[in-house]
Amino acid sequence: MSFINYSSREINCKIVYYGPGLCGKTTNLQYIYNKTNPEAKGKMISLATETERTLFFDFLPLSLGEIRGFKTRFHLYTVPGQVFYDASRKLILKGVDGVVFVVDSQVERMEANIESLDNLRTNLQEQGYNLDKIPYVVQYNKRDLPNAAPLEELRSLLNPNKVPDFSGIASTGDGVFDTLKAVAKLVLTELKRGG
Amino acid sequence: MASPQMVMYDEEARQIQLVCDRLSRDANAKAVLVIDKNGQPIAQSGETDHLDVTSLSSLTAGNVAATGGIAKLLAENEFSGQFHEGQKTNVHISIVAQRVILVVLFDERSSLGLVRLRVRKASDELTRILDALVKKAASSNAPSVFAEITDEDIDNLFND
Repeated sequence: MSFINYSSREINCKIVYYGPGLCGKTTNLQYIYNKTNPEAKGKMISLATETERTLFFDFLPLSLGEIRGFKTRFHLYTVPGQVFYDASRKLILKGVDGVVFVVDSQVERMEANIESLDNLRTNLQEQGYNLDKIPYVVQYNKRDLPNAAPLEELRSLLNPNKVPDFSGIASTGDGVFDTLKAVAKLVLTELKRGG
Repeated sequence: MASPQMVMYDEEARQIQLVCDRLSRDANAKAVLVIDKNGQPIAQSGETDHLDVTSLSSLTAGNVAATGGIAKLLAENEFSGQFHEGQKTNVHISIVAQRVILVVLFDERSSLGLVRLRVRKASDELTRILDALVKKAASSNAPSVFAEITDEDIDNLFND
Protein backbone atom coordinates (compact mmCIF):
# COMPACT_ATOMS: atom_id res chain seq x y z
CA MET A 1 0.00 0.00 0.00
CA SER A 2 1.75 3.09 -1.19
CA PHE A 3 1.32 6.26 0.81
CA ILE A 4 0.74 9.44 -1.16
CA ASN A 5 1.27 12.53 0.91
CA TYR A 6 -0.07 15.57 -0.93
CA SER A 7 0.89 17.71 2.02
CA SER A 8 4.64 16.97 1.98
CA ARG A 9 4.52 16.04 -1.74
CA GLU A 10 5.95 12.60 -1.20
CA ILE A 11 5.14 9.19 -2.43
CA ASN A 12 6.25 6.23 -0.32
CA CYS A 13 6.38 2.64 -1.52
CA LYS A 14 7.39 -0.62 0.11
CA ILE A 15 9.46 -3.26 -1.67
CA VAL A 16 10.11 -6.64 -0.08
CA TYR A 17 13.00 -8.97 -0.96
CA TYR A 18 11.85 -12.56 -0.52
CA GLY A 19 13.63 -15.89 -0.97
CA PRO A 20 15.05 -18.94 0.82
CA GLY A 21 17.56 -18.68 3.67
CA LEU A 22 21.04 -17.51 2.64
CA CYS A 23 19.97 -16.68 -0.95
CA GLY A 24 21.40 -13.14 -0.69
CA LYS A 25 18.51 -10.84 0.21
CA THR A 26 20.48 -8.97 2.86
CA THR A 27 23.52 -8.87 0.55
CA ASN A 28 21.38 -7.13 -2.09
CA LEU A 29 20.41 -4.44 0.40
CA GLN A 30 23.96 -4.08 1.70
CA TYR A 31 25.25 -3.53 -1.82
CA ILE A 32 22.56 -0.93 -2.53
CA TYR A 33 23.37 0.78 0.75
CA ASN A 34 27.12 0.86 0.03
CA LYS A 35 26.71 2.22 -3.48
CA THR A 36 24.07 4.88 -2.85
CA ASN A 37 24.88 8.54 -2.22
CA PRO A 38 24.50 9.47 1.45
CA GLU A 39 21.83 12.08 0.67
CA ALA A 40 19.67 9.48 -1.07
CA LYS A 41 19.61 6.91 1.71
CA GLY A 42 18.76 6.56 5.36
CA LYS A 43 20.31 4.25 7.88
CA MET A 44 20.22 0.55 7.09
CA ILE A 45 18.76 -1.45 9.93
CA SER A 46 19.36 -5.18 10.31
CA LEU A 47 17.53 -7.12 12.97
CA ALA A 48 19.77 -10.16 12.90
CA THR A 49 20.89 -12.98 15.16
CA GLU A 50 24.39 -13.13 16.63
CA THR A 51 25.41 -15.21 13.65
CA GLU A 52 24.16 -12.51 11.29
CA ARG A 53 21.13 -14.40 10.10
CA THR A 54 18.12 -12.14 9.58
CA LEU A 55 15.85 -12.48 12.58
CA PHE A 56 13.02 -10.12 11.68
CA PHE A 57 13.94 -7.85 8.78
CA ASP A 58 16.48 -5.56 7.18
CA PHE A 59 15.30 -2.09 6.31
CA LEU A 60 16.76 0.49 3.94
CA PRO A 61 15.02 3.75 3.03
CA LEU A 62 15.97 5.17 -0.38
CA SER A 63 15.06 8.34 -2.25
CA LEU A 64 14.96 7.97 -6.00
CA GLY A 65 14.35 11.57 -6.99
CA GLU A 66 11.28 13.53 -8.03
CA ILE A 67 8.43 12.80 -10.37
CA ARG A 68 6.20 15.77 -11.20
CA GLY A 69 7.22 17.53 -8.02
CA PHE A 70 6.69 14.49 -5.81
CA LYS A 71 9.65 12.98 -3.98
CA THR A 72 9.71 9.22 -4.49
CA ARG A 73 10.79 7.23 -1.48
CA PHE A 74 11.21 3.50 -1.46
CA HIS A 75 11.41 1.46 1.71
CA LEU A 76 13.29 -1.77 1.03
CA TYR A 77 12.71 -4.70 3.38
CA THR A 78 14.03 -8.23 3.47
CA VAL A 79 12.29 -11.13 5.16
CA PRO A 80 14.03 -13.78 7.28
CA GLY A 81 14.48 -16.68 4.86
CA GLN A 82 14.66 -19.55 7.31
CA VAL A 83 11.56 -21.72 7.20
CA PHE A 84 10.60 -21.36 10.85
CA TYR A 85 10.31 -17.57 10.71
CA ASP A 86 7.10 -17.74 8.72
CA ALA A 87 5.07 -15.64 11.16
CA SER A 88 7.56 -12.78 10.74
CA ARG A 89 7.49 -13.06 6.94
CA LYS A 90 3.73 -12.62 6.93
CA LEU A 91 4.01 -9.44 8.96
CA ILE A 92 6.61 -7.92 6.66
CA LEU A 93 4.47 -8.53 3.57
CA LYS A 94 1.73 -6.30 4.99
CA GLY A 95 1.31 -3.22 2.82
CA VAL A 96 3.80 -4.39 0.20
CA ASP A 97 3.87 -2.61 -3.17
CA GLY A 98 6.42 -4.74 -4.99
CA VAL A 99 8.28 -8.01 -4.47
CA VAL A 100 11.74 -9.20 -5.51
CA PHE A 101 12.18 -12.96 -5.32
CA VAL A 102 15.86 -13.79 -4.90
CA VAL A 103 16.70 -17.26 -6.19
CA ASP A 104 19.70 -19.18 -4.88
CA SER A 105 21.06 -20.58 -8.17
CA GLN A 106 22.86 -23.51 -6.57
CA VAL A 107 21.46 -26.86 -7.73
CA GLU A 108 21.15 -28.16 -4.19
CA ARG A 109 18.98 -25.19 -3.19
CA MET A 110 16.35 -25.86 -5.83
CA GLU A 111 13.89 -27.38 -3.39
CA ALA A 112 14.37 -24.48 -0.97
CA ASN A 113 13.67 -22.03 -3.82
CA ILE A 114 10.45 -23.78 -4.79
CA GLU A 115 9.33 -24.01 -1.18
CA SER A 116 10.02 -20.32 -0.60
CA LEU A 117 8.19 -19.29 -3.77
CA ASP A 118 5.14 -21.34 -2.74
CA ASN A 119 5.37 -19.76 0.69
CA LEU A 120 5.46 -16.28 -0.87
CA ARG A 121 2.35 -17.00 -2.91
CA THR A 122 0.48 -18.38 0.11
CA ASN A 123 1.49 -15.57 2.44
CA LEU A 124 0.53 -12.92 -0.11
CA GLN A 125 -2.84 -14.58 -0.57
CA GLU A 126 -3.41 -14.42 3.17
CA GLN A 127 -2.97 -10.65 2.95
CA GLY A 128 -5.32 -10.44 -0.02
CA TYR A 129 -2.63 -10.08 -2.71
CA ASN A 130 -2.12 -12.14 -5.83
CA LEU A 131 1.47 -12.74 -6.88
CA ASP A 132 0.37 -12.73 -10.52
CA LYS A 133 -0.99 -9.22 -10.20
CA ILE A 134 1.42 -7.27 -8.02
CA PRO A 135 4.70 -5.73 -9.26
CA TYR A 136 7.09 -8.64 -9.10
CA VAL A 137 10.58 -9.45 -10.43
CA VAL A 138 12.97 -12.37 -10.02
CA GLN A 139 16.74 -12.33 -9.48
CA TYR A 140 18.83 -15.47 -10.07
CA ASN A 141 21.61 -14.85 -7.58
CA LYS A 142 25.00 -16.53 -7.12
CA ARG A 143 25.54 -16.99 -10.85
CA ASP A 144 29.30 -17.09 -10.22
CA LEU A 145 29.18 -20.35 -8.27
CA PRO A 146 30.33 -23.52 -10.05
CA ASN A 147 27.27 -25.44 -8.90
CA ALA A 148 24.80 -22.89 -10.29
CA ALA A 149 21.96 -24.51 -12.21
CA PRO A 150 21.45 -23.48 -15.86
CA LEU A 151 19.40 -20.29 -16.21
CA GLU A 152 16.82 -21.87 -18.47
CA GLU A 153 16.12 -24.55 -15.89
CA LEU A 154 15.65 -21.93 -13.16
CA ARG A 155 13.42 -19.89 -15.42
CA SER A 156 11.08 -22.72 -16.27
CA LEU A 157 10.84 -23.84 -12.65
CA LEU A 158 10.67 -20.52 -10.84
CA ASN A 159 9.42 -17.98 -13.35
CA PRO A 160 6.75 -19.69 -15.44
CA ASN A 161 4.88 -16.40 -15.97
CA LYS A 162 8.01 -14.76 -17.34
CA VAL A 163 8.04 -11.67 -15.14
CA PRO A 164 11.15 -9.49 -15.55
CA ASP A 165 14.15 -11.49 -14.36
CA PHE A 166 17.85 -10.84 -13.87
CA SER A 167 21.06 -12.75 -13.29
CA GLY A 168 22.88 -11.57 -10.22
CA ILE A 169 25.97 -11.85 -8.09
CA ALA A 170 24.83 -9.80 -5.11
CA SER A 171 28.22 -9.94 -3.39
CA THR A 172 29.84 -8.03 -6.27
CA GLY A 173 26.71 -6.08 -7.18
CA ASP A 174 26.04 -7.69 -10.55
CA GLY A 175 22.36 -7.32 -11.37
CA VAL A 176 21.52 -5.71 -8.03
CA PHE A 177 20.54 -2.27 -9.33
CA ASP A 178 18.95 -3.72 -12.48
CA THR A 179 16.65 -5.73 -10.22
CA LEU A 180 15.83 -2.76 -8.01
CA LYS A 181 15.15 -0.46 -10.95
CA ALA A 182 12.88 -3.01 -12.58
CA VAL A 183 10.71 -3.51 -9.51
CA ALA A 184 10.62 0.24 -8.74
CA LYS A 185 9.47 0.93 -12.29
CA LEU A 186 6.74 -1.67 -12.04
CA VAL A 187 5.56 -0.16 -8.75
CA LEU A 188 5.39 3.34 -10.22
CA THR A 189 3.66 2.05 -13.34
CA GLU A 190 1.10 0.33 -11.14
CA LEU A 191 0.52 3.62 -9.29
CA LYS A 192 0.07 5.41 -12.59
CA ARG A 193 -2.62 2.88 -13.46
CA GLY A 194 -4.26 3.76 -10.17
CA GLY A 195 -3.42 0.49 -8.46
CA MET B 1 -5.18 -4.68 -3.91
CA ALA B 2 -5.44 -5.80 -0.33
CA SER B 3 -5.86 -2.44 1.28
CA PRO B 4 -6.76 0.99 -0.02
CA GLN B 5 -3.97 3.38 -0.70
CA MET B 6 -3.18 5.76 2.12
CA VAL B 7 -3.48 9.39 1.12
CA MET B 8 -2.75 12.53 3.10
CA TYR B 9 -4.04 16.00 2.23
CA ASP B 10 -2.90 19.43 3.44
CA GLU B 11 -5.91 20.05 5.65
CA GLU B 12 -5.75 16.75 7.51
CA ALA B 13 -1.95 16.94 7.75
CA ARG B 14 -2.35 20.33 9.43
CA GLN B 15 -5.01 19.02 11.83
CA ILE B 16 -2.88 16.00 12.76
CA GLN B 17 0.09 18.29 13.31
CA LEU B 18 -1.98 20.45 15.66
CA VAL B 19 -2.99 17.41 17.71
CA CYS B 20 0.67 16.30 17.91
CA ASP B 21 1.85 19.74 18.96
CA ARG B 22 -0.81 19.96 21.66
CA LEU B 23 -0.13 16.43 22.93
CA SER B 24 3.59 17.11 23.03
CA ARG B 25 2.99 20.23 25.12
CA ASP B 26 0.22 18.89 27.39
CA ALA B 27 2.05 15.64 28.14
CA ASN B 28 5.41 17.36 28.72
CA ALA B 29 6.74 14.99 26.11
CA LYS B 30 10.14 15.06 24.45
CA ALA B 31 8.61 14.16 21.13
CA VAL B 32 5.44 12.84 19.54
CA LEU B 33 5.27 10.84 16.33
CA VAL B 34 2.35 9.65 14.24
CA ILE B 35 3.25 6.71 12.01
CA ASP B 36 1.15 4.64 9.67
CA LYS B 37 0.97 0.92 10.40
CA ASN B 38 3.34 0.18 7.52
CA GLY B 39 6.04 2.34 9.08
CA GLN B 40 5.66 5.58 7.13
CA PRO B 41 6.04 8.71 9.25
CA ILE B 42 2.98 10.99 9.07
CA ALA B 43 3.63 13.74 11.62
CA GLN B 44 6.12 14.65 14.29
CA SER B 45 6.38 17.22 17.04
CA GLY B 46 8.79 18.23 19.79
CA GLU B 47 12.52 17.55 19.93
CA THR B 48 12.82 15.49 16.76
CA ASP B 49 15.92 17.08 15.20
CA HIS B 50 18.27 14.52 16.72
CA LEU B 51 15.92 11.61 16.01
CA ASP B 52 16.19 9.26 13.05
CA VAL B 53 12.45 9.42 12.46
CA THR B 54 12.51 7.13 9.41
CA SER B 55 14.24 4.28 11.25
CA LEU B 56 12.20 4.85 14.38
CA SER B 57 8.99 4.65 12.35
CA SER B 58 9.95 1.44 10.61
CA LEU B 59 11.08 -0.26 13.80
CA THR B 60 8.02 0.86 15.75
CA ALA B 61 5.72 -0.43 13.02
CA GLY B 62 7.63 -3.73 13.06
CA ASN B 63 7.30 -3.86 16.81
CA VAL B 64 3.56 -3.17 16.68
CA ALA B 65 3.12 -5.76 13.92
CA ALA B 66 5.00 -8.36 15.95
CA THR B 67 2.98 -7.55 19.07
CA GLY B 68 -0.18 -7.81 16.99
CA GLY B 69 0.97 -11.24 15.85
CA ILE B 70 1.42 -12.29 19.48
CA ALA B 71 -2.05 -10.98 20.31
CA LYS B 72 -3.52 -13.05 17.51
CA LEU B 73 -1.81 -16.19 18.80
CA LEU B 74 -3.28 -15.51 22.23
CA ALA B 75 -6.74 -14.92 20.75
CA GLU B 76 -6.58 -11.27 21.72
CA ASN B 77 -7.89 -8.76 19.23
CA GLU B 78 -5.01 -6.34 19.64
CA PHE B 79 -2.78 -5.04 22.39
CA SER B 80 -3.73 -1.42 22.21
CA GLY B 81 -0.68 -0.05 23.98
CA GLN B 82 2.96 -0.66 24.85
CA PHE B 83 5.33 1.02 27.23
CA HIS B 84 9.12 0.82 27.19
CA GLU B 85 11.01 2.21 30.15
CA GLY B 86 14.53 3.47 29.61
CA GLN B 87 17.07 5.15 31.86
CA LYS B 88 16.57 8.53 30.26
CA THR B 89 13.78 8.13 27.74
CA ASN B 90 10.53 6.23 27.97
CA VAL B 91 8.36 5.30 25.04
CA HIS B 92 4.58 5.02 25.01
CA ILE B 93 3.14 3.38 21.88
CA SER B 94 -0.55 3.11 21.09
CA ILE B 95 -2.66 2.22 18.08
CA VAL B 96 -5.23 4.77 17.02
CA ALA B 97 -8.35 3.86 15.06
CA GLN B 98 -6.61 0.60 14.06
CA ARG B 99 -4.81 2.63 11.42
CA VAL B 100 -1.96 4.66 12.80
CA ILE B 101 0.55 4.40 15.61
CA LEU B 102 0.94 7.20 18.13
CA VAL B 103 4.36 7.32 19.79
CA VAL B 104 5.20 9.54 22.76
CA LEU B 105 8.79 9.86 23.94
CA PHE B 106 9.12 11.31 27.41
CA ASP B 107 11.58 11.67 30.29
CA GLU B 108 11.47 12.56 33.99
CA ARG B 109 9.72 15.83 33.22
CA SER B 110 6.55 13.79 32.66
CA SER B 111 4.99 10.58 33.93
CA LEU B 112 3.30 7.53 32.45
CA GLY B 113 0.01 8.55 34.04
CA LEU B 114 0.05 12.00 32.48
CA VAL B 115 1.07 10.61 29.10
CA ARG B 116 -1.71 8.02 29.18
CA LEU B 117 -4.26 10.66 30.07
CA ARG B 118 -3.22 13.03 27.28
CA VAL B 119 -2.84 10.22 24.75
CA ARG B 120 -6.45 9.20 25.33
CA LYS B 121 -7.71 12.65 24.41
CA ALA B 122 -5.39 12.96 21.43
CA SER B 123 -6.44 9.51 20.20
CA ASP B 124 -10.07 10.56 20.10
CA GLU B 125 -9.18 13.63 18.08
CA LEU B 126 -6.95 11.68 15.71
CA THR B 127 -9.68 9.08 15.21
CA ARG B 128 -12.08 11.78 14.08
CA ILE B 129 -9.54 13.25 11.67
CA LEU B 130 -8.59 9.85 10.25
CA ASP B 131 -12.22 8.82 9.76
CA ALA B 132 -12.82 12.03 7.84
CA LEU B 133 -9.65 11.48 5.84
CA VAL B 134 -10.70 7.98 4.79
CA LYS B 135 -14.11 9.24 3.67
CA LYS B 136 -12.55 12.13 1.78
CA ALA B 137 -10.05 9.88 0.01
CA ALA B 138 -12.77 7.39 -0.91
CA SER B 139 -15.09 10.04 -2.33
CA SER B 140 -12.42 12.07 -4.06
CA ASN B 141 -13.09 12.28 -7.77
CA ALA B 142 -9.97 14.30 -8.41
CA PRO B 143 -7.71 12.46 -10.82
CA SER B 144 -4.62 11.16 -9.12
CA VAL B 145 -1.55 13.19 -9.91
CA PHE B 146 0.03 9.89 -10.89
CA ALA B 147 -2.39 9.32 -13.73
CA GLU B 148 -0.49 12.07 -15.55
CA ILE B 149 2.91 10.46 -15.11
CA THR B 150 4.39 9.29 -18.36
CA ASP B 151 6.64 6.30 -18.91
CA GLU B 152 9.31 8.84 -19.73
CA ASP B 153 8.96 10.44 -16.28
CA ILE B 154 9.54 7.03 -14.73
CA ASP B 155 12.51 6.29 -16.99
CA ASN B 156 14.04 9.65 -16.14
CA LEU B 157 14.18 8.69 -12.47
CA PHE B 158 16.63 5.96 -13.32
CA ASN B 159 18.99 7.86 -15.57
CA ASP B 160 22.29 7.72 -13.79
